[in-house]
Amino acid sequence: MLKLPIYLDYSATTPVDPRVAERMIPYLVERFGNPASRSHSFGWEAEAAVEEAREEVAKLVRADPKEIVWTSGATESNNLALKGAAQFYSGKGKHLVTVKTEHKAVLDTCRELERQGFSVTYLDVQENGLVDLEAFTAALRPDTTLASVMFVNNEIGVIQPIAEMGEICRSRGVLLHVDAAQATGKVTIDLQTLQVDLMSFSAHKTYGPKGVGALYVRRKPRVRLNAQMHGGGHERGFRSGTLPTHQIVGMGEAFRLARLEMGAENERIRMLRDRLLRGLSDIEEVYVNGDMEHRVPHNLNLSFAYVEGESLLMAIKDLAVSSGSACTSASLEPSYVLRALGRNDELAHSSIRFTLGRFTTEEEVDHAVRLLHDKISRLRELSPLWEMVQDGVDLNTVQWAAH
Amino acid sequence: MAYSVKVLDHYENPRNVGSFAKDEEGVATGMVGAPACGDVMKLQIKVGKGGVIEDAKFKTYGCGSAIASSSLVTEWVKGRTIDQAMDIRNTQIAEELALPPVKIHCSILAEDAIKAAVADYRKKHGEQA
Repeated sequence: MLKLPIYLDYSATTPVDPRVAERMIPYLVERFGNPASRSHSFGWEAEAAVEEAREEVAKLVRADPKEIVWTSGATESNNLALKGAAQFYSGKGKHLVTVKTEHKAVLDTCRELERQGFSVTYLDVQENGLVDLEAFTAALRPDTTLASVMFVNNEIGVIQPIAEMGEICRSRGVLLHVDAAQATGKVTIDLQTLQVDLMSFSAHKTYGPKGVGALYVRRKPRVRLNAQMHGGGHERGFRSGTLPTHQIVGMGEAFRLARLEMGAENERIRMLRDRLLRGLSDIEEVYVNGDMEHRVPHNLNLSFAYVEGESLLMAIKDLAVSSGSACTSASLEPSYVLRALGRNDELAHSSIRFTLGRFTTEEEVDHAVRLLHDKISRLRELSPLWEMVQDGVDLNTVQWAAH
Repeated sequence: MAYSVKVLDHYENPRNVGSFAKDEEGVATGMVGAPACGDVMKLQIKVGKGGVIEDAKFKTYGCGSAIASSSLVTEWVKGRTIDQAMDIRNTQIAEELALPPVKIHCSILAEDAIKAAVADYRKKHGEQA
């Protein structure tokens, strides 16, 4: 039986895998000790669980457990990495490089660093959403200390050339931070070969609980950071605050499952994503946003020309998806990511992000395809733009009264 | 975002969707908004003897509130003279549909669409109306 609404917003968050939830519960009730308590078995038990989870997180990305620092999530990890490194190395230089399509947790942190006296270069992306490596190289200056590039884009799912960027940065003595919140369990991450210095992780994008994440801080060559949260000196002084044992256990189990299952899971999800795309391919004027080859299988970001995104979301309320356009917020601006790809406004306003995951079924995809066929044609019947295009009008030649 | 019952009703069952032939007697067209802003409304009125709007049709590219606002004005202008139609204010539309502040621009656009359609009619028919 098909259960409605159908969840196709796995890049916003994932459900906690039941196997993960089951592992977490004992640490709320019986094994509730503070992992920092050194004087009794409650503390030792909690500490052992935290360290086991740290090993699991490290294993997924082939890091040393000592390189993993617990945080409250990827936003905090991004803040700690960017502010911590920029501030620590500010004697060496005060210039940072990032990309216009980064998550707000990176962009807004960069804005804050600008207020603190740093200068930041925000790189454009190509039409396919990928950073041009020559432009990236050219942006690095003698006073650049840090570059920050996301592994997988949250809106369009494209995979940036992190390995190449790592080589470029290392050869110039620039640290590379990578926001990998959308990458764990979706792409292979090998920090033994990737020349990445800092990497942010989130649990809740990978079937773990919300409210916990981690920051990878390389030991060889050693990367140093100014702490942003001061207190009891937890996490070797990088991040004070009592560790949330149950959350950490959940993240460890979620990352363990991701390591064991991602190969088969990604193939299954790729088939479902292709089925979705194929099912919609007979609708006229549907465009894929972002590169199809350098892309995680979970993401399909489509623009349905001449149909406005928010009204489409309203029409397909049986599907829990998000509009690439931020029309549902007060800003009424189309997605800054799609704008950065050079998409025109009609297409940027008409985009929907479908993200599939562990519990998506073929039946759900087929239902989505049927619903979209029906609603797109209804909304196009309502659309004066569609009518004009059918009559042969070139919309670029029309004088619009912007309001 | 939660939509009001009336917005949902107009969105699910939009009234008077469609187009008149542009050269049809008494037909005038108002097109307002821009794709860049995410809203384009096309309102057509069919004006009969004595300047009375006998029929109206619309097409809208935009959010649910924009569709509902334009659907509502097609109902409201019918049976009014063009002068009476010009009295319709965006605040009345916003109130009828219980639009939240962030959607007030949809009602403004609908009012503009009426003005644009009437202006088109007057241009075509001189000041006889």
